[in-house]
Amino acid sequence: MGGVDRTETLQAAVAAARSNGTALQIVGAGTKGFLGRPPVGEPLSLMGHAGILSYEPTELVITARSGTPLADVEAALAKHGQMLAFEPPHFGPDATVGGCVASGLSGPRRPYGGAVRDHVLGVRLLNGRGEVLRFGGEVMKNVAGYDLSRLMVGAMGTLGVLLDVSIKVLPRPPVEVTLRQASTAARAIEAMNRWAARPLPLSAAAFDGEHLHVRLSGTDSGVRAARSAIGGEAVEDGDGFWQRLREHRHAFFESPLPLWRLSVPPATPPLELPGKALIDWGGAQRWLLGETPAGQIRAAAAGAGGHATLFRNGDRSGDAFHPLARPVAALHRRLKAAFDPDGLFNRGRLYADL
Amino acid sequence: MTASGDKAALVAALRGVLPPDALLHATEDLRPYECDGLSAYRQLPMVVALPSTIEQVQEVMRLCHGYGVPVVARGAGTGLSGGALPRGDGLLLGLARFNRILGIDPANRTARVQPGVRNQAISEAARAHGLYYAPDPSSQIACTIGGNVAENSGGVHCLKYGLTVHNVLCIEVVTVEGERITIGSEALDSPGYDLLALMTGSEGMLGVIVEVTVRLLPLPERAQVILAAFDDIGRAGAAVAGIIAAGIVPAGLEMMDGPAIRAAEDFVHAGYPTGAAAILLCELDGTNEEVSEQIARVRQLLMEGGATEVRTARDEQERLTFWKGRKAAFPAVGRISPDYYCMDGTIPRRRLPEVLRRIAELSREYGLPVANVFHAGDGNLHPLILYDANKPGELERTEELGGRILELCVEVGGTITGEHGVGIEKINQMCVQFRPLELTQFHAVKAAFDPRGLLNPGKAVPTLHRCAEFGAMHVHHGQLKFPELERF
Repeated sequence: MGGVDRTETLQAAVAAARSNGTALQIVGAGTKGFLGRPPVGEPLSLMGHAGILSYEPTELVITARSGTPLADVEAALAKHGQMLAFEPPHFGPDATVGGCVASGLSGPRRPYGGAVRDHVLGVRLLNGRGEVLRFGGEVMKNVAGYDLSRLMVGAMGTLGVLLDVSIKVLPRPPVEVTLRQASTAARAIEAMNRWAARPLPLSAAAFDGEHLHVRLSGTDSGVRAARSAIGGEAVEDGDGFWQRLREHRHAFFESPLPLWRLSVPPATPPLELPGKALIDWGGAQRWLLGETPAGQIRAAAAGAGGHATLFRNGDRSGDAFHPLARPVAALHRRLKAAFDPDGLFNRGRLYADL
Repeated sequence: MTASGDKAALVAALRGVLPPDALLHATEDLRPYECDGLSAYRQLPMVVALPSTIEQVQEVMRLCHGYGVPVVARGAGTGLSGGALPRGDGLLLGLARFNRILGIDPANRTARVQPGVRNQAISEAARAHGLYYAPDPSSQIACTIGGNVAENSGGVHCLKYGLTVHNVLCIEVVTVEGERITIGSEALDSPGYDLLALMTGSEGMLGVIVEVTVRLLPLPERAQVILAAFDDIGRAGAAVAGIIAAGIVPAGLEMMDGPAIRAAEDFVHAGYPTGAAAILLCELDGTNEEVSEQIARVRQLLMEGGATEVRTARDEQERLTFWKGRKAAFPAVGRISPDYYCMDGTIPRRRLPEVLRRIAELSREYGLPVANVFHAGDGNLHPLILYDANKPGELERTEELGGRILELCVEVGGTITGEHGVGIEKINQMCVQFRPLELTQFHAVKAAFDPRGLLNPGKAVPTLHRCAEFGAMHVHHGQLKFPELERF
């Protein structure tokens, strides 16, 4: 659990950037550099600012410096039969805790176990004035002050440099089984939502174009009972399937085409969009590969009550994330200025004017 | 302009946008709004507006913004931290008339409701679909969902099912300028900053919530509760850690100490062992099979953990009886004391024995009994200080003792409020939990939404000036220089 506290170095770098008016791009292992608009500015590396600061399994909380490899955190948790319930994608062997929180990406367990933002309990961060601030804490219930810890999740580093993060962890279920059955998109969506409305121990549900995959997690007898309710054949390497899906190493993702992520209400019927689709999150996350114009994809997602992100490939110089309504965009600009008045951090990464 | 001139002009303008029965300004009509659930603090508002449409809320906000009049939003007024305490120079915006359930979407498992809908009414409406709304603050028969979002309310089941922030998908908000915005969506996430998390628990400081979409969960097939007694509170705490370490996340995990057990038993006769130093209530829910397996495991863990008695509720009737004592703990304490003051700190669970020992020491120092009720699963501690407001100085001593208990929570790595909010009640303790740098950042965030500081001013986040004064007072605990002066 080694690692170094580089807070002072980072603080000095921010102070220098501020006085020189230099834009900074906050970088961990660089595994998520593809996400959002293109990074600009001088790299501010968080590598080495690492180490697990506290982990008390029975308190269900771990605190780690932002440059700590996600894999180290997961290994520490696994030793005590615990896990990050949001199953974050790594997208590379060295992915860090800071990048995980800043990008706010969650894996297949998300609809049933919650997202990154649901598990972040506290952060220590450097704002654009070079001040070290602490929000939240290591306790599960805390309503003192505005929830600025969760505000950092998915902010793509535009509000500050994360220094360390406290995350709620959960016990790993004793038994997990993945079931598979042939289906169509429409039938799969209907089934995933029908099961989710019943008290079944679901922990993942996805349709890859041919098969509906469902994961059950819980006690031995609970999983066994649910299995007969769901049907389908058991998948031998269930863990491998969900991991490939999470890491975009599933065959579906092997494509140079623009990859879109559509986040929609889960029971939304299959979207009438050209291209190849994969459905995850029990219907709430739809991956789409194809050259369909951004406007058409965004209109379809918004029409269903959701939003669309250009996730990988394609032209990132416009909006990668779904454009915001005018008054909400104005709030974003004022919030950005409240944390980073000189616009030092990850300029334009989330939206062009942030 | 004089204050009465201000009021006359504002009332005249409000008459143009609200029907006559939605505007109160005579003193006798304002009286019901002078306090919320924290009745030690009272203040008549200048005027009360009771709109019933979002357009009316927008008009009221535009007018108040134009006149520079502060606005305090209020739901059912059940809050325990004075978050809805009115301003004498301000408008109290009552949202209780927004009481319609707008729609339940069983396929997507969501409910779209107006902010004045009671928490429990959502679950009642969803029940026909086999669904419910999970957060269950103890005031759920009365408190409204708008207030729940503003306070990020918790409940007995939040260890497993989360707080309000984990169960809200979308809100419609009217800004201080009267603009309507949508935050969140019926999808699981939204683009940009997580404004939904920021708004949840912001205590009416950032905007007025006029519609809420919540996530619904399937009703569990079965719930069962175990009652365990301990002759030592430390062993009860260790037993809780043992359950978590075994990989079990109970739906509810509650602890009561001796004084709380006896008060509850005298009141509702739940069959609690009155000789115990602590009892634990552990509820497990899920499918039949899961619950059977976990009940057996938890019983074994509790026996191994030194419980002097372990009882599993035989049926639903007994389950409700076990819970009845816990749910009646506050009024039960109210029966044995003329007044009680409920605190709301959170601590790392492992520090519980130490914290309870030091609360007992403080209790002796101040000569005020304390009963403790504890959401043991998530570390949220509710010490109830027993006092008599009719005895001169006792309320002041109670508040000081309460303040010291909260500071103890901060000292051991916890927080001054787990679920009741800061409001006006714990504003001084915010100076203990946060440094000026963090408070300044809070103020900057507030200004991004409300640059003129018109939304619920004076609550939730103290000014640095106030903290400086509090710090100066604080050094001389119990020896204030001017005890006759009012201190807010």
